[in-house]
Amino acid sequence: METKENILLNIKNLHVWYRVYGGYLKVLNGVNLIVRKGERVGLVGEAGCGKTTTMKSILQILPPGDFLIPKGEIYYKGKDILKMSFSEIQRLRSKEIAMIFQDPTTALNPVFTIGTQIGDVIKYSIALEEKKVHKEKLKILSARALKEAYLPDPERMLVNYPFQLSGGMRQRTCIAMAISSSRNLLIADEPGTSLDVTIQDQILHLLKEIVEKMGASIILITHSLGVAREMTDRIYVMYAGTIVETALTKDLFQNPVHPYTKGLLASVPKLSGGGIARGIPGRIPDYLNPPQGCRFQSRCEHATSSCAENPPQFVEVEKGHLVACYLAQR
Amino acid sequence: MRNLSGGQSNSSIAVSLARPKSLFWTNLGRNWYKFSRNPLSIIGLVIVLVIIISAVFAPWIAPYPEQAGPFVDFENAGQPPSLQHLCGTDNMGRDIFSRIIFAFRGALIMAIVVLALAVPPGVLLGLIAGYFQGGWIDTVIMRITDIFLAVPPLILALAVASVLEPNLMNAMIAVTVMWWPWYTRLLYGTASSIKNEYFVIAAELTGAGKFHIIFREILPNCLSPIFTKIALDVGWVILIGASLSFVGLGQQPPTPALGQMVSDGARYMPIFWWMTIFPALAIVLILLGFNLMGDGIRDMLERGMG
Amino acid sequence: MKLGSFLLRRFLLSIFVIIGLSIVIFIIARVVPGDPARMALGPRAPEDVVQTLRQEMHLDKPLPEQYFYWIKGVFRGDFGHSLVSKRPVLEDIKEYFPATMELAIFAGILMAIFAILLGVLAAQHKDTWVDGLIRVSSYFGVAIPAFVAAIVFMLLFGYYWPILPVLGRLSPGMTPPRTITGLLTLDSLIEGNFPAFWDAFKHMILPAVALSLGGLFQEARITRSSMVDNMHKDFLAAERGYGIPEKIVMFKYLLKPSLISTVSIMGLDFASLLSNAFLVELIFNWPGISRYGISAMLHKDLDAISAVIIVFGVVFLVVNVIVDVIVALLDPRIRLGTARDM
Repeated sequence: METKENILLNIKNLHVWYRVYGGYLKVLNGVNLIVRKGERVGLVGEAGCGKTTTMKSILQILPPGDFLIPKGEIYYKGKDILKMSFSEIQRLRSKEIAMIFQDPTTALNPVFTIGTQIGDVIKYSIALEEKKVHKEKLKILSARALKEAYLPDPERMLVNYPFQLSGGMRQRTCIAMAISSSRNLLIADEPGTSLDVTIQDQILHLLKEIVEKMGASIILITHSLGVAREMTDRIYVMYAGTIVETALTKDLFQNPVHPYTKGLLASVPKLSGGGIARGIPGRIPDYLNPPQGCRFQSRCEHATSSCAENPPQFVEVEKGHLVACYLAQR
Repeated sequence: MRNLSGGQSNSSIAVSLARPKSLFWTNLGRNWYKFSRNPLSIIGLVIVLVIIISAVFAPWIAPYPEQAGPFVDFENAGQPPSLQHLCGTDNMGRDIFSRIIFAFRGALIMAIVVLALAVPPGVLLGLIAGYFQGGWIDTVIMRITDIFLAVPPLILALAVASVLEPNLMNAMIAVTVMWWPWYTRLLYGTASSIKNEYFVIAAELTGAGKFHIIFREILPNCLSPIFTKIALDVGWVILIGASLSFVGLGQQPPTPALGQMVSDGARYMPIFWWMTIFPALAIVLILLGFNLMGDGIRDMLERGMG
Repeated sequence: MKLGSFLLRRFLLSIFVIIGLSIVIFIIARVVPGDPARMALGPRAPEDVVQTLRQEMHLDKPLPEQYFYWIKGVFRGDFGHSLVSKRPVLEDIKEYFPATMELAIFAGILMAIFAILLGVLAAQHKDTWVDGLIRVSSYFGVAIPAFVAAIVFMLLFGYYWPILPVLGRLSPGMTPPRTITGLLTLDSLIEGNFPAFWDAFKHMILPAVALSLGGLFQEARITRSSMVDNMHKDFLAAERGYGIPEKIVMFKYLLKPSLISTVSIMGLDFASLLSNAFLVELIFNWPGISRYGISAMLHKDLDAISAVIIVFGVVFLVVNVIVDVIVALLDPRIRLGTARDM
């Protein structure tokens, strides 16, 4: 059914814990996620559910020192990233996977010029092939990368500092850095959320164009269902460190099964059809002492006793549509 | 560490920021945890307590309390450290250990008085300058502060102390004169950044008077850096005091003062090394204790520990 | 260019501060009970001679006028006469100032280099024994005042282990170089006089180390904590994530923003260097301006005291401006003005 060669990224049962006062924040509790070649995958969930943590685990850029990965594997092209050697990981970062951070203001080093930063990205990616790059050539390549992201006057931009750019331009710079060499997988963490909606729209369209041009796969993290609907082929819905539902985009919107997904869809205000949008009462659970079973229990109107004992396993309700809920089992 | 278990809303954070004092006591357990995370802070606390207790109970703790005053016993002069004289005796036969303990008294008194005198005006000026930032009040206050800070610390104290009669009181005055600007600077920075926070603007908009804003809104939020600095400063004030007494300003003999003991003893080096080394070690101990404890206090009062 | 106007503002501010400082010093100096003219001439001078001197020194005029006479003199280079050395204070300063500067500069360099080295080392090996060792040493290093370190050095190297000289700037019998800059090490290098250079250098080591100890460890701690703070910043994760090798990330992208806090504090630390020099010079018998200043203070040599304080004030201000310039060079946000939009 699943051709192994088709699967680019396969996150299996990933658990990530952060060490804090009083124990561990057990943020990720068994995340399962697959990305195939050329797919556009959306990862939807509210703030704090662990989306960024998952992505950072892929590239192994979690904040140094204070985290633990007690269980799980992350397979990229068949190899487990968590067991990769340092040079293999570097190769991964330079050539295969790139992440575009959520907040472009903090993602760029404030005391170095754009040219230096993007130049170094290109330089070290080329260096992996044992080639050295002339400074002039590097400048040309850097300017070209900036142009790909539709930044105006790229040559002049090379000598600017991040704080001299507008928010939209910074985001484009981050994108330029990500696509400076061709990648197989892009991860976009809530692109444009910190920006004006019109600019966000431009950024999203830029991403769409790039992905098509490069033939890459993309994981698009967002908390906006509208964006997910427009930009993705398949969606994963995440809650409190677990994937609760996944389906093809159209299937998810037509036939949501998990109570959380239903709640999310119902929370979106509609232009027609009356009524004030309902939210989902309650808050995400305490990661320090998470509940034993399903992590959504406390907010679920259909919760039963079996929900409290063990976390529910995936059930396939239709082709390609998996739900982690006891409800779906009936 | 990022706390991922859901955040508070902005308004509740604003409320909790504006009333940190009660939060300190309710979170005592947590605060103690933060303080004690670093074993060095505990060591600092212990050292400080030992020093304070020795100073307060000096007449009962020192083995030869009478030797901390006018006393001579030339027969016993220059004895190396032994069981009877833990730090040996000095050139006049006095027990150095007892003198050190009594010297703690002068040191602590100096620190307490200097800080009590220097901190309130310094804090007040800094608050005012910070709140009225950009105005003429700010400029005047900060320029005056700059003038006092333009001279490296010890030099000003020495200069002032040297033109006055050498005694403890004048030494304290000298150090106070050079100490207050540091608090003004500290508060200026803190107050001017806090005054742009939402809860201050909110208070202004609801018509709160300037007095209220400065003392009931801004000041409570500056308390943690102030207390941290005070804890650390005790050691430094004592050091400056020791430097003054090293050159003969400050407390006069026969009252023991650490700096003076070091400089007197230096003459008898290297043979009678204990006359200098033990008072010097005492100074180091004091500084160490207050530094370690002060760091612990800073860790404790700093926000944002997961 | 923004940097130019920035410097200009600092310069004007410094002038103002120095003027203010001179006023304060003047007031302090004149607060002294006692008669400066009488003190200058001694108790046995006849009264009318003292009276003439009083008039010459303008002691009968109101204070502000006295101040103007004094300031005029200062601008001409006339700081008055020293009661102790009986020479113009300017001469004394010219003789002793370079010695202190040489020591202070050397100590400052030591501080900067080792602070950054240790701080980076500690941050890189965070939470290992290397870090622990450096942190514990920092606590001790900061707690040991310069004069205590100086005395311990005297004991160790003066008596038990005489591998380094402990007194003065040059060994007796060594020919000193011509005075070009006044810095013995520099002058002997310029002349090519290597034995003198080595000797002068050896003499500098102990006092400089004693002076730099406190500041060194304090800066090391700040470097470490600044690096640790920045380690968690997103831009580092991003840079790592784009495939930039770890070494480059650490030593280029982490170091530069972290150094900003360290350099900022170097100005203050240089000030305490100058302060501590007072006692250290005394202990090592280093013929510098601090030792001169202390003796002036103990003898209530007013002109000398005022001059010393002004000199230190000016030096300190210059160093601060230099430090501010370096910080501006490191942090483009300061140099080029505020952000366009956030």
